[in-house]
Amino acid sequence: MNFEMPNFALAMPEMFVLGMACLILLVDLFLNERSRVVTYLLSQATLVGAFILTLSLYTPVRELTFSGTFVLDPMASVLKMAVYAVVFVMFLYTRSYLQARQMFTGEFYTLALFGVLGMMVMISAHSFLTLYLGLELLSLSMYAMVALQRDNRVASEAAMKYFLLGAMASAMLLYGMSMLYGVTGSLDLGEISRAIDEGEIERMLLVFGLVFMLVGVAFKLGAVPFHMWVPDVYHGAPTAVTQFISTAPKIAAFALLIRLLVDGLGGLQSEWHDILVLLAILSISVGNIIAIAQTNIKRMLAYSGIAHAGFLILGVLSGTAEGYAAGMFYVIVYAVMGLAGFGMVLLMSRAGFEADSLEDYKGLNQRNPWFALMVLFIMFSMAGVPPFIGFWAKLAVLQAVVASGLIWLAVLAVIFSVIGAFYYLRVIKLMYFDAPADEARIEPGRELAAVFSGNALVILAMGLFPGALMAICIQAFAL
Amino acid sequence: MFADLPLLSLLIWVPIIGGLLVMLAGSGRTGLEAKVLALLVSLLTFALSIPLFTGFDTGTAAMQFTEFKPWIAAFGINYHLGVDGISMPLIVLTTFTTVLVVIAGWEVIKNKPAQYMAAFLIMEGLMIGVFSALDAMLFYVFWEAMLIPMFIVIGIWGGANRVYATIKFFLYTFLGSVFMLVALLWLYGQADSFAILDFHALPISATAQIWIFLAFLVAFAVKVPMWPVHTWLPDAHVQAPTGGSVILAAIMLKLGAYGFLRFSLPITPDASQTLDWLMIGLSLIAVAYIGFVALVQRDMKKLIAYSSISHMGFVTLGFFIPWAIAANTGSFSGAGLGISGGMVQMISHGFVSAAMFLAVGVMYDRMHSREINDYGGVVHVMPKFAGFMVLFAMANAGLPGTAGFVGEFMVILAAFQANFWIAFVAASTLILGAAYTLWMVKRVIYGEIRNQKVAALKDINPREFLILGVLAFMVILLGVWPAPLLEVMDVTVQQLVEHISVSKVPAGAM
Repeated sequence: MNFEMPNFALAMPEMFVLGMACLILLVDLFLNERSRVVTYLLSQATLVGAFILTLSLYTPVRELTFSGTFVLDPMASVLKMAVYAVVFVMFLYTRSYLQARQMFTGEFYTLALFGVLGMMVMISAHSFLTLYLGLELLSLSMYAMVALQRDNRVASEAAMKYFLLGAMASAMLLYGMSMLYGVTGSLDLGEISRAIDEGEIERMLLVFGLVFMLVGVAFKLGAVPFHMWVPDVYHGAPTAVTQFISTAPKIAAFALLIRLLVDGLGGLQSEWHDILVLLAILSISVGNIIAIAQTNIKRMLAYSGIAHAGFLILGVLSGTAEGYAAGMFYVIVYAVMGLAGFGMVLLMSRAGFEADSLEDYKGLNQRNPWFALMVLFIMFSMAGVPPFIGFWAKLAVLQAVVASGLIWLAVLAVIFSVIGAFYYLRVIKLMYFDAPADEARIEPGRELAAVFSGNALVILAMGLFPGALMAICIQAFAL
Repeated sequence: MFADLPLLSLLIWVPIIGGLLVMLAGSGRTGLEAKVLALLVSLLTFALSIPLFTGFDTGTAAMQFTEFKPWIAAFGINYHLGVDGISMPLIVLTTFTTVLVVIAGWEVIKNKPAQYMAAFLIMEGLMIGVFSALDAMLFYVFWEAMLIPMFIVIGIWGGANRVYATIKFFLYTFLGSVFMLVALLWLYGQADSFAILDFHALPISATAQIWIFLAFLVAFAVKVPMWPVHTWLPDAHVQAPTGGSVILAAIMLKLGAYGFLRFSLPITPDASQTLDWLMIGLSLIAVAYIGFVALVQRDMKKLIAYSSISHMGFVTLGFFIPWAIAANTGSFSGAGLGISGGMVQMISHGFVSAAMFLAVGVMYDRMHSREINDYGGVVHVMPKFAGFMVLFAMANAGLPGTAGFVGEFMVILAAFQANFWIAFVAASTLILGAAYTLWMVKRVIYGEIRNQKVAALKDINPREFLILGVLAFMVILLGVWPAPLLEVMDVTVQQLVEHISVSKVPAGAM
C-alpha cells in the first residue's frame, strides 16, 4: 500500500482556523476581565487571516485532496469567504451586547470559531465522512452557544430542544448515509455519483437513503416540516447567538445540500426534485403565514427565515447551474439580511432590556428617524421589494424556476411572498405610524450604530448594484 | 445646449437625491430649510423637463433622449432609458404636478414636513423612471420602489383610518405586480433579453399571449384601477393627505394605463384582440356603474375618487376599442382616434383631478371636514375659490372648452365607429358626470349658509390662488387648444396602431 502525500496547501485556511482557535483557547485562560478584548481581537484577526488565505487559494478549477475527501472549488472558496465575512460582522455587532450581559467570554469566541471550522469542513467536504464531521463540529458548537447563559431557563430549554432534535436529525442523516454506503460501497461522493450513473443499483434503496438524508438536511436548513426547533431556539437563545445561528450556518447548510444532492446524488435528480418542491412550498407557505401571528420579533424573524429557506430550496430544485447559482446568491443575501434583522434587535436592546417584542418598535421614527429608515430598508428588502437586495435574490430564484418550466410554482411563491409582505409592513407601520410606547432614548454604542447603519446601507447598495455578486455566484457553478 | 446632457437620468436622479438631502436637512422644527430646498429641487426638475418637451422630435416614433448602460450583466439587464410620444407628456405632467404638491403642502403639513417633501420628491424620480425605462426589469424596479414612499405618505399624514388604507393600497398593488414579474421572467426566457422593444418584436403563440396578457392585466388593472379591483382607491384617497391624493390621481393611476400601452398592447396584440370584449366590458362598467356609485357619495374626496375611476374607464376603453373598430369597419383607420383619445384623457384627467383634490384640500384645511353636508353657501364667503371650483367641476363633467371634454369626445367618437351601444353607454358619462359633479357643487358652493363654521371661512390666500390659477389655465388651454399635445403623440400612436394590427402569432402555430 503506497501512501500518497495529500496536498495540505488546499486546506490551509482550515488548519489556520484550527490552530488559531486552539491558541485563543489557551491565551484566554491567562487573560483577566479587563484584557478580554485581546480574545476578541485575535478572533477577528483569525477571520481576516482565513479570508486572505482562502482568497489566495481561489482557483477556477476543482481540486481534490486527502484521498478525495476534501474538495476546493470556486463554490467552496466563495461560500467560505462569505462565512468569514458574516461571522466577522456578527462579532462586531455583538461585542457590546455580550459585555452588557457578562457573556463577553473566551467561550463565545472559541465556540464560534470552532463552528466556523465546522462550516468550512462541511463546505469543502467530498465524502460522507468529512461532511458529517463538519456538520457535527458545527452543531455541537451551536448547542453549547445557545446554553451559554447557564442560569437562563429559556435559553437552557432552547438548548435542550435544539440538542435533542438536532441529534435526531443527525441520526437520520447518518442512517441515510449508511444505506447509500451499503449499496454503493463507498463514502466518496464522486464514487457514489459514478455508481448511481452506472444504473446497476436498485433505485428503491437509493431513494430510501436519499429520503433519510434529506430529512437531516431539511432540519439544518429549517425547512418545513422539520422546522419546529427554529422559532424556539431563535427565541430562547441570547440574541447574539441567534444572530450567529441564523446566518452563517445557513450558508453551510446550502453547501451541504449542494454537496449531497448535486455532487453525490445528481443521478437521482428526478427523485429529489419532487421532494424539494414539496419542502419549498411548505416552507414558503407555513413560514409566511405563521409569521403573521407572531408578536415576538425574534420568532417573527425565525418564521421569516423558514420562508427564506423555502426560496433557497426553490433555486436548487430547478437542477440547473443557474438555479444553484441563484440559490447561492439567495443564501448569501439572506445571511446579510439576517445579520441586519437580528442586528436591529441588538441595537434596540440595552442592559437589562431585550427589545424582542414588536411593541418595542412603536414610534421609532419619532425617537430616531435614522434607525427607522435603516429598519425600513431591511424590512422592504426581506419582503422582496426593489431596489433592495432581497428583490434580486427572489428574482434570481424565480428566474431559475420559470426557466425550468415550473411557472405554477413561481406563481405560488410570489403569492406567498405577498402574504409575507404583510408582517414586514407591520413592523414599518409600528415604527412610522404609531406613537412611541417607550420614551427611553436609544443609545447604542457608536460601533454598534455604525455597523448596523453600514449593514442596512449595504443592503441598499447591493440592491442598486447586484451584478458583481451575481456574477461571482454564476461563475462558481460555471465548471 | 441640452442635447449633451443625460436629461432623463437627471430627471430621475435630481429629485431622488434632492429628496434625500431634504430629509437630512429636515432636523429643524419648522422645517423651513427643508421646504425651500424641496421647492427648489422640484422647480429644477420641472425646468429640466422643459427641454424634453421643446427638444422632442414629433416626426419620429423612435425612442428619443435614449441612454444605455449595462447594469446587471448576469441577467442582461440594462439601464436603458428613452421616451416617445406616449411617455414624454406624462413625464412633463409628473414634474409639473410635483411642484404644485410641494407648494400645496407648504403650511398645511405640520408633522415632519421634511419627510413629507422628501417622500414626494423621491416618488417623482421613481415615477419618471417608470415612464422612461425601456428595460423591463428597470421598469419593474421603479414600479415597485414607488410603492414605498406612497405607503409612508398615506400612513403618516393620512386621515383617521390611514393604516388600514395604506396597507390595503400596498398589498393590492404588490399582488398585482408580482404576476407581471413572473410574466416578464417568462418573456426573458423567450427573448433572452429584458429590453421592452425586444418583447415588442417577439413572436408569441396565442395561448401564451393570453396568459401574459392576464398577468399584465392584474398588475395594470389594479393600478388604473379598473372595476372590480378598484376598492383600494377610495380608501387610499380618502385617507391620503391632499398631496398624496393629487399624486395618486394625477400620476399613479396613469402608470397602469401607461403599462397597457407599453406592455399589453404591443407585446400581446393577439390576446388583446381576443379579450377586447372583456376590456371594453370592464371599462364600460367603470364608466357607467362607478358613475352611479359616485352619485351617492357623501364624502367629497370619495366622490372625486369614484369619478377618477369612471374617467379612467374612458382611457382603457379608448385603448381597447381598435379591434372592435376593425371588426366593424374592416380597417384600423379609426383606431388611432381611440388611443389618442385615451392619452388626452389621461393628461386632462391629470390636471382636472389634481385641481379637484386641491380644491377639496383648500376647504378641508379650513373646516377639517370632507362631508358634503357640512358645507353649503361657500360662494358667499369664498367667491374667488368658488369661481375656481365651478370651473374645475365643469371640466370634471366634461364641458366643451375644458380639458375634460377633448378626450371623452374623441373616445366616444371612436366608439361610434365600433358599435352604437358601446358609444351609448360611454356617452352616459356626460350625463352622469354632470350629475354627480354639479350636484356636489350645488350642495357645497351654492345655497344658504347652514353651518356657522362656513360663515367664518376666509377666501384663498395668494399661495392657493397661484396653484389653482395655474391649474385653471392649463385646464382651459388643453380644452381649447389640444393640438400641441395631439401632435406630440400622433406619430407614436400611428406606429402603435400599425404594430398591433399585425398578428404576432408565429406562422403555423396556434
